[in-house]
Amino acid sequence: MPAIEELTDAYERYVLNNEDGFVDEFRRRIRDFGGRPTPLQRADRLSERYDTEVYLKREDLLHGGAHKLNNALGQVLLAKYMGKERIIAETGAGQHGTATAMAAAHLGMPCEVYMGERDINRQRPNVFRMKINGSEVTPVTTGRGTLKEAISETMRDWATNVEDTHYVIGSVVGPHPFPRMVRDFQAIIGEEAREQIRERTGALPDSVVACAGGGSNTMGAFHEFVGDESVDLLAVEAGGSSLAVDTDEGVAPNSASLSTGSEGVLHGARTKLLQDLDGQIVESHSVSSGLDYAGVGPELAYLVDEGRVTPVTVDDDAAVEGFHRLSQEEGIIPALETAHAFGYLHEHHDEVGDVTVINVSGRGDKDLDTAIEETAKRDVPNAPDMSMFEGGL
Amino acid sequence: MSDAIDAAFADGPAFVPYLAVGDPDYESSLRYVEALAAGGADVIELGLPFSEPIAEGPTIQNAVVRALEAGMTPTRFFEFVEELDVDVPLVCMTYYNLVYQYGDGEGPRPFVERAAEAGISGFVVPDLPAEEAGPLREACDEFGLDLVSIVAPTTGADRLEKLVDVSSGYLYVQARLGVTGASSSVSDRTGETLARLDGVDLPKAVGFGISSGEQAATVVEAGADGVIVGSALVDIVAEGHENGDSAEAVAERLETLARELKRGALDGYGRRTPAPEGTSD
Ligand SMILES: Cc1ncc(COP(=O)(O)O)c(C=O)c1O
Repeated sequence: MPAIEELTDAYERYVLNNEDGFVDEFRRRIRDFGGRPTPLQRADRLSERYDTEVYLKREDLLHGGAHKLNNALGQVLLAKYMGKERIIAETGAGQHGTATAMAAAHLGMPCEVYMGERDINRQRPNVFRMKINGSEVTPVTTGRGTLKEAISETMRDWATNVEDTHYVIGSVVGPHPFPRMVRDFQAIIGEEAREQIRERTGALPDSVVACAGGGSNTMGAFHEFVGDESVDLLAVEAGGSSLAVDTDEGVAPNSASLSTGSEGVLHGARTKLLQDLDGQIVESHSVSSGLDYAGVGPELAYLVDEGRVTPVTVDDDAAVEGFHRLSQEEGIIPALETAHAFGYLHEHHDEVGDVTVINVSGRGDKDLDTAIEETAKRDVPNAPDMSMFEGGL
Repeated sequence: MSDAIDAAFADGPAFVPYLAVGDPDYESSLRYVEALAAGGADVIELGLPFSEPIAEGPTIQNAVVRALEAGMTPTRFFEFVEELDVDVPLVCMTYYNLVYQYGDGEGPRPFVERAAEAGISGFVVPDLPAEEAGPLREACDEFGLDLVSIVAPTTGADRLEKLVDVSSGYLYVQARLGVTGASSSVSDRTGETLARLDGVDLPKAVGFGISSGEQAATVVEAGADGVIVGSALVDIVAEGHENGDSAEAVAERLETLARELKRGALDGYGRRTPAPEGTSD
């Protein structure tokens, strides 16, 4: 808890009040090192296919290949301002771990990343990238070896080493001030998108669509639009193989906590959770390891309760189709997390209005092996013949 | 507030062991807790297993997994407490989501009511910050139970005040930063932390890393009013389970270590010269 107070104080001073020019330095580095602003691209073929103006916010073009760098760079820099000497992080898809490893290397800080053993096996390219950038990757074997166990393990490390260590949490989750702070670092997505779409079309979009795991790219894309009542905000969750939750077995074949979860307390936040009737957290599932978390950001859960954000779900099959469709039709290979947003667009294009902005939260290079495996497992109508790749790249 | 816990700290240092309830199974676990009482426990902390035990190190994490796999639930936990044949106050150690969801899923009151009925005297909820403890504190007051808070070596003065405000029974003083787990040496910071708590009018029980009678003696000599021992006892349960030992044999080992720890606490008390200020004798 003292760590939380220290962090809250630092967040207020540096991030909210720009003490010592923190925000200026962040903006400069996220531009020069990160590659901001990212483009807002009109997706011509999808627009034609769906008879709707589809704009893509290209966070996949951010350094590292996902929106995660906005937050990772912000927090590693903050750690530096706080005088911390060591960075730790957890990662699911490895995308946040990679972004943190890059930010730590960029700012000259030692970094250790906790990652579920199962996710290490699913996301080898990112494990490699973290190591190349000089980070240590520590496997977490407790539970099912995915993101929630990695978060618990990182919190344990932090509790032990708080005096010299900063925990770069990977999404808008965890105890205050993390959810707000991470949102602030990610809000640059929606800030740019709002300006860019007005420049292009002279108006606000009818909807903004983003996938939601913990909800950081979601909150980042939505935040600037929350006050614009005319803009629908759609959070696309991983419907997995089914929306049913088997509370006896303690497993959910999805990770749709906004859509199917109930209120509870996990990792220091009160939010919507996948849990059984006793309050034990159940195992979640998604083809995309970055969405595979039993909780979700508390502010996002709040905006859903308020009716401002609409949660929707897309199952594994539709996400894999979305992965192939965006690749074929727009020449953009999306992360499997991002592919959920395109699965939604495909199934519900008449519900997004005349102009929609879709957040391309990350690129799919990390997922190529998973895509081969998941495509082989099911009947994907729009997949190319991938048989020569069976067994991996 | 629970008179039973007050009484347990009233004369001499208290020995406060912890076990995860239902580890490795319900029946053995009953005997293990009874063995701790037989070995001289003054208060027993009963861990109600939660799927995400973020304050625990590997030893207790594994115990929690064993207990959950063997079917432990909040409902079974309360039955367990009712079935226990021990004459010491029992403190339920668990995580807030289980407290919050019990009954109507609308707050802590149903859980506290059921705990009181089962014979629980207090709670330790490591993931509940003082700022959010109001509803649980209120329910505890209504049913006469204690809410024990954890004080870390890094807890500052402002924070300490908030903690003390919502606490009763005793303070759980972390001997070192981090998570639970036995260690070979007791940190020097224990004495410092205890010194900072001098003015606080609650018994201070020190835990995290204590595994031997000698360590128990050290912390009591440093001014602790009690010693909390978890992982070292859970290790005995784990080892017995892995080796396929009888519950009888494991219970005996637990009782032996409990005696050693209790004796250590008493020895440490005897070594205090002069008795540090602010500790009640
Ligand atoms: C590309 C991408 N999109 C989305 C997510 C989900 O995280 P969040 O919901 O916090 O944006 C991840 C997580 O790793 C990711 O890598």
